[in-house]
Amino acid sequence: MSIATIPFKGTKEQEEKLREVIKKHTGENGAVIPVLHEAQDIYGYLPIEVQKIISEGLNVPLAEIYGIVTFYTQFSLYPKGEYEVSVCLGTACYVKGSGTIIEKIKERLGIDVGQCTADGKFSLNATRCIGACGLAPVMTVNDAVFGQVTPADLDDIFAKYQA
Amino acid sequence: MKSLAELQALRDCTLDKLNLRKDRKEGIRIVVGMATCGIAAGARPVLEALEREVKAQKLDNVMVMQTGCIGMCRLEPIVEVYEPGKEKITYVHMTADKVSKIVSEHIINGRPVAEYSVGTDKAQSVNDTVFYAKQKRVALRNCGVINPENIDEYIAFDGYQALAKALTEMSREDVIQTVKDSGLRGRGGGGFPTGMKWDFTYKAVGDKKYVCCNADEGDPGAFMDRSVLEGDPHAVIEAMAIAGYAVGADQGYIYIRAEYPIAVERLKIAIGQAREYGLLGKDIFGTGFNFDLDIRLGAGAFVCGEETALLTSIEGNRGEPRPRPPFPAVKGLWGKPTLLNNVETYANIAQIILNGADWFASMGTEKSKGTKVFALGGKINNTGLVEIPMGTTLREIIEEIGGGIPNGKKFKAAQTGGPSGGCIPASLIDTPIDYDSLMAIGSMMGSGGLIVMDEDNCMVDIAKFFLEFTVDESCGKCSPCRIGTKRLLEILTKITDGKGTMEDLDKLENLCYAIKSSALCGLGQTAPNPVLSTLRYFRDEYEAHVKDKKCPAHVCKALAQYKINPEKCKGCSLCARQCPVNAISGEIKSPFVIDQDKCIKCGACQSTCKFGAIDKE
Amino acid sequence: MVNLKINGQEVSVPEGTTILEAARWIGINIPTLCYLKDLNQIGACRMCLVEVKGARALQAACVYPVAEGIEVFTNTEKVRNARRTTLELILSNHERKCLTCIRNRNCELQALADELGIDDIPFDGENIKHEIDNSSTSLVRDNNKCILCRRCIAACDNQEISVISAVNRGFKTEVRAAFEQPMKDVACVFCGQCIVACPVGALYENSHIPRVRAALDNPEKHVVVQTAPAVRAALGEEFGLPIGTPVTGKMAAALRRLGFDKVFDTDTAADLTIMEEGTEFIERFTKQEKLPLITSCSPGWVKFCEHYYPEFIDNLSTAKSPMEMFGAVIKSYYAEKAGIDKKDIFSVAVMPCTSKKYEISREEHSSSGTQDIDASLTTRELARMIKQAGIDFNSLPDEEFDQPFGMATGAGVIFGATGGVMEAAIRTVYEILEGKPLENLNVTPVRGLDGVKEATLKIAGKDVRVAVAHGTKNARIILEKVKAGEHYDFIEIMACPGGCIHGGGQPIVDSKTKATTNVKALRAKALYSEDEASTLRKSHENPYVQKLYEEYFGKPCSHKAHELLHTTYTKRDKF
Repeated sequence: MSIATIPFKGTKEQEEKLREVIKKHTGENGAVIPVLHEAQDIYGYLPIEVQKIISEGLNVPLAEIYGIVTFYTQFSLYPKGEYEVSVCLGTACYVKGSGTIIEKIKERLGIDVGQCTADGKFSLNATRCIGACGLAPVMTVNDAVFGQVTPADLDDIFAKYQA
Repeated sequence: MKSLAELQALRDCTLDKLNLRKDRKEGIRIVVGMATCGIAAGARPVLEALEREVKAQKLDNVMVMQTGCIGMCRLEPIVEVYEPGKEKITYVHMTADKVSKIVSEHIINGRPVAEYSVGTDKAQSVNDTVFYAKQKRVALRNCGVINPENIDEYIAFDGYQALAKALTEMSREDVIQTVKDSGLRGRGGGGFPTGMKWDFTYKAVGDKKYVCCNADEGDPGAFMDRSVLEGDPHAVIEAMAIAGYAVGADQGYIYIRAEYPIAVERLKIAIGQAREYGLLGKDIFGTGFNFDLDIRLGAGAFVCGEETALLTSIEGNRGEPRPRPPFPAVKGLWGKPTLLNNVETYANIAQIILNGADWFASMGTEKSKGTKVFALGGKINNTGLVEIPMGTTLREIIEEIGGGIPNGKKFKAAQTGGPSGGCIPASLIDTPIDYDSLMAIGSMMGSGGLIVMDEDNCMVDIAKFFLEFTVDESCGKCSPCRIGTKRLLEILTKITDGKGTMEDLDKLENLCYAIKSSALCGLGQTAPNPVLSTLRYFRDEYEAHVKDKKCPAHVCKALAQYKINPEKCKGCSLCARQCPVNAISGEIKSPFVIDQDKCIKCGACQSTCKFGAIDKE
Repeated sequence: MVNLKINGQEVSVPEGTTILEAARWIGINIPTLCYLKDLNQIGACRMCLVEVKGARALQAACVYPVAEGIEVFTNTEKVRNARRTTLELILSNHERKCLTCIRNRNCELQALADELGIDDIPFDGENIKHEIDNSSTSLVRDNNKCILCRRCIAACDNQEISVISAVNRGFKTEVRAAFEQPMKDVACVFCGQCIVACPVGALYENSHIPRVRAALDNPEKHVVVQTAPAVRAALGEEFGLPIGTPVTGKMAAALRRLGFDKVFDTDTAADLTIMEEGTEFIERFTKQEKLPLITSCSPGWVKFCEHYYPEFIDNLSTAKSPMEMFGAVIKSYYAEKAGIDKKDIFSVAVMPCTSKKYEISREEHSSSGTQDIDASLTTRELARMIKQAGIDFNSLPDEEFDQPFGMATGAGVIFGATGGVMEAAIRTVYEILEGKPLENLNVTPVRGLDGVKEATLKIAGKDVRVAVAHGTKNARIILEKVKAGEHYDFIEIMACPGGCIHGGGQPIVDSKTKATTNVKALRAKALYSEDEASTLRKSHENPYVQKLYEEYFGKPCSHKAHELLHTTYTKRDKF
């Protein structure tokens, strides 16, 4: 399994800010976590490019930083999309085909669950039962709820957000 | 601030300036609850409306302030009005449009608006409610009273006097002895005698020592520490400085979870203000004592509430606990002696120093002195934050303070200690709440989360819920917790899915004891508690799941059976059309039937039925 | 001294001793899994739990420091139950395919299950399926077998390379490289210290046995094998012989019986390497340029240099490692002399090293026109081939290597121990510059297991400052010293702690034995003894090496020598 590579769109300003943050914390004991927090504030997430800069700057091995980032739930390897797509995988929805829906969405967007598309528009989550079983299978995009979704509906649904 | 005299002068000045003096002749003070719950409920527009209205009406002698958590969370937004010589009035469920009436009727014309107040039929303060009557606010004394973002108000209420007293009048040993004599025990859940911990750290040898505050509060359903930090951050700062003096540390860290942004913000402001006044930094009160504080953010790991994991996290690592011994008091942060106490523990210190050990020890029970803050939640009428003397019985908390179980349901159990704790069944409702009584019945005090459950809760499901949390939060370092809790959850899931056997119950229990005795840290060692405790008091429920394949509380979906009552069914077919698996069939105008083999127990039919004809058994 | 009681017996041990060590003193072996002395002492697996009177929970003996008067119980019902359940849990989370596992019968988990008499695993449940990473030339990682003891992480951290770490949390914890990169894409030097630290079959070498087998079975192939010095010092362990038993003769005999057409000795090429590198040193030292000269026979060290200290690439000796020099010589000089087409030669090396599998694939190492070395087997792989062939190793007679590459001086033998290359070089360089031999050929200041060894030698009226470092952690130390301005003329660096004798391809010794036995010292001793017993102990005295120069290369560092026996290096990214 490889991590879907989202093109890194970090700007020069962001990198400068990050280097300033690193400089500010250099020499401080236990600087990695405060730096990661601030880096995530700057970039929205912590991709390999950012972690490499931090690794060099603080002289901490990349593997160690990655181990720290994946330990804490607040740190994200993927950006959150402008539209967060959630597909319910509760029993009722699953039996009605939400498993297929989520596969089709994965194909359509080219990402896995928990990841975000390269253009930053869509991120995909699988959720537990959200209590709308009468509308199974259910998916949500941000706050909008879509019920009785079939693979054929996906074109229309995504058209709303493609604009 | 270089002397006690300066401090007292500022105190007097502020009391006057902000209409805080109890015996003042005039000047009204209005506070708006602006802790996280208040803000979420919409307190900010209320505060802004009040400020606007007071200004518009040119009421120069009326002070409008934000304050911390007042405690009655379900009644937020809350506004309290203090008039000289009168009992305060508490307004609840406030909105911006109620403001003008209150200002014109109450503030200007002196007639409190009963319908908006907590009493509704008569204008009252929370102090008149049962919820408050039984409380003794020590750790929370300033919460909901002062503006947490103004250090002057803290000083007005005797803030930093304890630090001054400790530094100028008491020796380090005196301070430690006082804390010991008070009987204060760790409020984070461990219940370890605080004075003893301070003593160990004091005696430890090291060229540098640290004082840390555990503000990670990870128990779901617990928000005591958040309220203290949002409502009275200086209480913690002052206490940490006192601790630093006592044990010989000049640097402190507050480890606070990142999920508490308002508390973090208020702490930052408070630390900045304390530094400005020279109450943090070099040569405090001119005594040569140096002490400063830094904030370290958590990043979303419940295990970082464990002492050694917290320190490991501050050191910049994965929050994986370390074996003890060596204990942090001897070898903690970066190998140096480190004192770590919980927020609530610290919140009691200043008053213990000011009022004396005997004062604190006069409250509570013989082995559990003082008070405890509880976050009351679940199936209880009065959800919110309460602080009660140790020894108060569970019955008093549930029936009096909590106002009983809503909807006329029967009390079943109360969970204390969160995922590390156990349940207290209805049969033990008269148990006094103190460290040892709770341990004796298989639970623990925990940090203060108290979740009430009624007859509609399934205790097996509750145990499973806690295990799901634990499995997600286990750090993964030691085998018993990493693998054992997962296996426990698998067995519990098997049981709630209706596939459990009596053998599974034995396996479950044995595995619980094995994990308890083998796990590396408190998280793993206490993870089996919810299971053991529910097995102890609700074994019949487990056996019903296993032997009868039934969930007595009708919670476990796999064991529920949805049945159409033919007497009530009108045959409208609405349910059949809703059913995701076409398990319902019948002829229009005749009672329909659910095919149990196809039914996936989603309950959609029941919620759709307009005639209440579908029962869950 | 601290006095305590274990199972009622009084014990007195120095302060700082753990309960585990104290128990061993009185013959009590507390079971462990994650414990690896001086490398990994974290109390994570919870197998070593014991009862300590007064403590609420069971305590981990491997980390609990003894205290005056404590009473410890290692075999109570509570302890036995806890141990059993913990092991059952670990086994329930393990891919139990012992019969097809590379560590069958040399696995610490298997041994524990046997010791504790496990007869059932009551906690079967979900297990995460992992993909096996066999992307690299040298290492294979199979996380389905990983028990998360973290010993490999400790080994990599001890090398101060740290390309692997614990990732994710709780049940989903895994040990792998950052961002799920395969091992071939990260700056791993393939030293294999992780493999020799692993108690189970989660880490092993990428096997070259199939290709060697194919060559041996192919009648048209002339299969030639060379063996490194460190192999003969440890191969016997795979057949039950005590650690440190030299088995040179039996090894040669076994190789012959496996079907190799010629059985050569890498040590001969080691003498050749000294000639080349010694000459190179004298040149640089005389001109006082590109100093310090740093040895380059350790491919792990070379890769480390390329990734992490590329500024020192020019300091590396351009001489190839003995194995690769040999590879070039076999497919040129030897092929010509024996009248065999070099395309028909299949050149095999048996090495204590996993990084050699990488080294042979480097494109620089085909100066003969085709890949110089075709396969690099580890000591362990050789042992496996011998066992599979049904050869009774211990009853083999001692045989000699084949000539012209079967004779080495004592200087060539000691290459396998840290300080060996330096000592061999000094014996030759001294004589060349001074015009007379060293009085005492044992250059003891460069021997031993100290991480960094330094000495100043007086040669021909000049001070020659030498240093020896083993383990890449110590490589960093010495290189940082150079960067800080300290002057050195000649530095030997080996990637593996202890040198080749503790290479990633050597027999894996279990943690219990490692805790009480100085494996490195014993294996090194085997080499130093062989050197001591040799008649010829200086590389330049090797008659076969002399002949090689006469007939083929002319003199060291000649043009032809540079073509075949020297190489170049590449800067590589740190990530």
